Amino acid sequence: MSGVRVLVGTRKGAFVLTSDGKRERWEVSGPHFAGWEIYHVAGSPAAPDRLYASQSNGWFGQLIQRSDDGGKTWEPVGNEFAYDGVPGTHQWYDGTPHPWEFARVWHFEPSPTDPDTVYAGVEDAGLFRTTDGGQTWQELPGLREQDSGSSWQPGAGGLCLHTIVLDPSDPERIFAAISAAGVFRTDDAGKTWRPINRGLQSEGIPDPDAEVGHCVHRIAMHRSRPHVLFMQKHWDVMRSDDAGESWHEVSGNLPSDFGFPIGVHAHEPDTVYVVPIKSDSEHYPPDGRLRVYRSRTGGNEWEALTDGLPQSNCYVNVLRDAMAVDLLDSCGVYFGTTGGQVYASADAGDSWAPIVRDLPAVLSVEVQALP
Amino acid sequence: MIRVVLPHHLRTLARVRGEVELHVEGRATQRSVLDALEAGYPMLRGTIRDHATGQRRAFVRFFACEQDLSHEPPDAPLPDAVASGTEPFLVVGAMAGG
Repeated sequence: MSGVRVLVGTRKGAFVLTSDGKRERWEVSGPHFAGWEIYHVAGSPAAPDRLYASQSNGWFGQLIQRSDDGGKTWEPVGNEFAYDGVPGTHQWYDGTPHPWEFARVWHFEPSPTDPDTVYAGVEDAGLFRTTDGGQTWQELPGLREQDSGSSWQPGAGGLCLHTIVLDPSDPERIFAAISAAGVFRTDDAGKTWRPINRGLQSEGIPDPDAEVGHCVHRIAMHRSRPHVLFMQKHWDVMRSDDAGESWHEVSGNLPSDFGFPIGVHAHEPDTVYVVPIKSDSEHYPPDGRLRVYRSRTGGNEWEALTDGLPQSNCYVNVLRDAMAVDLLDSCGVYFGTTGGQVYASADAGDSWAPIVRDLPAVLSVEVQALP
Repeated sequence: MIRVVLPHHLRTLARVRGEVELHVEGRATQRSVLDALEAGYPMLRGTIRDHATGQRRAFVRFFACEQDLSHEPPDAPLPDAVASGTEPFLVVGAMAGG
């Protein structure tokens, strides 16, 4: 592989960062869609120059931008996300029924085989799919219409479907995570879904081990071992060894088990990364020290990675979609902060350097390995 | 010819500079002007009015002739000065911030 392309969504536009395989010198392109919130930019594994960007703001709503040349030029495509049928209500913050209303696209998950097929996770929580390159989007309503849907309640960031994981060994199996409902799984390509939250304990809900209502922040999988899932929950880092049927805690010696992103090394299925954050009321790293924690044992035993990261007076956050790993032989790890820094490590986290320091607050980071 | 002034973000999206000039069949109303605008610039669909309901988005305002027309019915005639092209129809992003 000749290089990497890092796709960065921020509060005020998108940026494309490119480098060769050494990942030492970077070219920065952007801001694209200046002034707009870019919740996510994702590339197609099947055609790396095909990119999709979620562009939105409070005035003019949602736009979807598509690029066919790796982010040099963009074209707006379809931006109509209509829930299937009469969508009914979910619970509002105060427990009253609230109509399902589309707000924005949080996350894209492109098909591994078809550049025109992309899943989109949206707020209010729903799963949409395009099969025509983004021109039209159709809801997979089985998730929203799942028995518990009317009881779902938003987290502080809204009722968002923020994580979509496609099982590489089974095209019928999809995992979706919703704040603050939990994780759901389909085994029939999205027709029917069920919650898979057994083992989660959340003190912020009336029944701590309820079937739904958990504020799951992110889940991750290694493609070689799709029955093993890792989760950063609001509090607690969790692991499942049975495709989500049950979960157990692997927070171990982390300084805080609150956080947002979680990622898995590209070549080592038991090497996992998290970024501990002090608490849900103090969204910054413990002790003002920005540390990525790595476990090489699939959880429980964690080591702090600090070389090149600020170890004093650092009070940024790292959001759920703002960490990614590349597929190069020496696995690269990337994350962006609410302070506008994007850090890269070309040696699996042993050492870090900023690619850029002063972007708008980073909402999402993805990375593509380029042929 | 109807003259329409778009806010910065929508001019960028539509790739236009300055005013947009539209030919509107029949009576000039908010609905007929926006229909013509979206027909000429389909990338603007959903950014000014909701796709499904056709209602103005909450933080978008319509001004003309020093009047706020935002709450006028969508099929009400626009002022003669707008219909004749003497005055522009302004699509405005509501002011927000601190």
